[in-house]
Amino acid sequence: MKLALGPNLFYWTKQATLDFYAEVAKMSVDIVYLGETVCSRRHELRAEDWLEVANQLADAGKEVVLASQSLIESESDLKALRRVVDNGRFLVEANEMGAVRLLAEHKLPFVASMSLNVFNSHTLQLLADMGATRWVMPPESGRDTLAGIMKELPAGMETEVFAHGRLPLAWSARCFTARRFNLQKDTCEFKCIDFPDGLLLKTREHEDFLVINGIQTMSAKTYNLLGELPDLAAAGVNIVRISPQAQGTGAVVDLFRKALAGALPAAEAAKTAAAALPEGICNGFWHGQPGLELVEKA
Amino acid sequence: MSAPNTIELVCPAGGLPALKAAVDNGADCVYTGFKDDTNARNFNGLNFDDNSLREGIRYAHDRGVKTLIALNTYPQTENWSRWTAAVDKAATFGVDAIILADIGLMDYAHRSHPNLRLHLSVQGSATSYEAINFYRERFGIQRAVLPRVLSLAQVEQVVKNTPVEIEVFGFGGLCVMVEGRCALSAYATGTSPNCNGACSPGKSVRWEQTPQGMETRLNGILIDRFADGERAGYPTLCKGRFEVDDETYYAIEEPTSLNTLELLPELMAMGIRAIKIEGRQRSPAYVSQVTKVWREAIDLCKKDAAHFAPKAAWMAELNKVSEGQSHTLGAYNRPWK
Repeated sequence: MKLALGPNLFYWTKQATLDFYAEVAKMSVDIVYLGETVCSRRHELRAEDWLEVANQLADAGKEVVLASQSLIESESDLKALRRVVDNGRFLVEANEMGAVRLLAEHKLPFVASMSLNVFNSHTLQLLADMGATRWVMPPESGRDTLAGIMKELPAGMETEVFAHGRLPLAWSARCFTARRFNLQKDTCEFKCIDFPDGLLLKTREHEDFLVINGIQTMSAKTYNLLGELPDLAAAGVNIVRISPQAQGTGAVVDLFRKALAGALPAAEAAKTAAAALPEGICNGFWHGQPGLELVEKA
Repeated sequence: MSAPNTIELVCPAGGLPALKAAVDNGADCVYTGFKDDTNARNFNGLNFDDNSLREGIRYAHDRGVKTLIALNTYPQTENWSRWTAAVDKAATFGVDAIILADIGLMDYAHRSHPNLRLHLSVQGSATSYEAINFYRERFGIQRAVLPRVLSLAQVEQVVKNTPVEIEVFGFGGLCVMVEGRCALSAYATGTSPNCNGACSPGKSVRWEQTPQGMETRLNGILIDRFADGERAGYPTLCKGRFEVDDETYYAIEEPTSLNTLELLPELMAMGIRAIKIEGRQRSPAYVSQVTKVWREAIDLCKKDAAHFAPKAAWMAELNKVSEGQSHTLGAYNRPWK
């Protein structure tokens, strides 16, 4: 199984982002997804900067994929999308159907992202016919939905599963970080940059529940399928995705690498990862349960 | 681009009485669903069995009203045939269009029933003309329902760049999240709007009077707590009060309804082809009330758009049936974002 690093869903300063990817070049991940997928107002890195990072990572031997914006609202969003599609070198992850249209029109291969809502093999076959060479399972799906699709997997299709990180659960037109500071989105002062792992939302009983990340809402708990790696392998998953976090991404990558190599029992790796995560871990979706639940294996 | 006079009023029908209420009060179309998870309002006691749907279609057609059916959840490989059977049944019964989100199912409908009109559901999350044109080229969709995320100017940009008819939400419950892109309910309760057709489902809800006030919970998670005298609302996950830092507030959205009545002249002028009223889970009385107001408003606006202004009486009627008795223009009005 290969290890992929998903696109960074948070907003970091340019320097922090460049430092992070300089580290990533040394991490033992095989695939790196790059680009801003959450909010088009985030501009610390311009398109040229992303391409420079992409070239550096490619030179370091990583397979680089450019991820497109998930929520397209304006003409300038479409302009940015066309630039990603026309990059001329790197594979593109399509995060909505507009990207699929453009990529198919250009006869380019692409990754069908988790936000394309692939829940059945008929849909995946259509995307394969349009040029998809890899699909990422929507995190809300679990092993049963996956098994159904794997029975009729299109020829040559790679399967990727989100296996570590705060779950991206919802997108909105509204910015909840701006709302927290009584600001409007158009004049948000780029507050997201102050919260490199998002802004914790608790219930009125002070229980950690969700994380606000601009227009995106995430899980407070970190989704963690380290303990399920043997099941993922058995199911035919080719790639597991780790989602970047402000601290300790490298350590998570190492845990996955060790678990994959059989140097560390998967269950033990899961426990080690959990110890570093103050809001706890969950894996419910994989087991067909509410996502926030943690199913511990006997 | 279409002439403003062709705008249709599309009203919700969670059952036969609501369907009749919509038809009798001036709907141009009613939209319905079967009694299962093939649609995004899969609630107990709601929706149509074969007989009531046949009767509903007849009732509507006899009065020149179209009947649409939503099959707008995402089938999985193992239950695929239930969704295709629903498509076949809808076609056989003679609905005027089916409303779909999954491209696999769209492909099936397009191939199996080439004469059946297809609408792209809001659950398809298509927010740009590139995405909408994709669905048209591949599956021949004739209308797309826009998620409630675009500003008025952005809606106009979409309309200008696609031959597909555009339908927008005009009134009703407000999904703050991009429809089809929200797994909050699945995360908290295991019930997924995408796959199970319900959000914050009743079976996961608990109301509990406590010394701190009335508490509402979803699968045990405290969504809100109401002081005596506060009106306790249904615990829809995104409309609860939560703590961020030390502040407790509606961190995502207040309990409020979308109401775009005042935008009607602009929506018509830009060529919007249909206005959708949300609320298949609401009562026939709600459907009557809202349909009547919107029918009158659309007719008046068609006659004289330049002098159109929502009547105070209309707004009062609509606020009475609004969630939280208040309303918002939502994303159509940029500052809301």
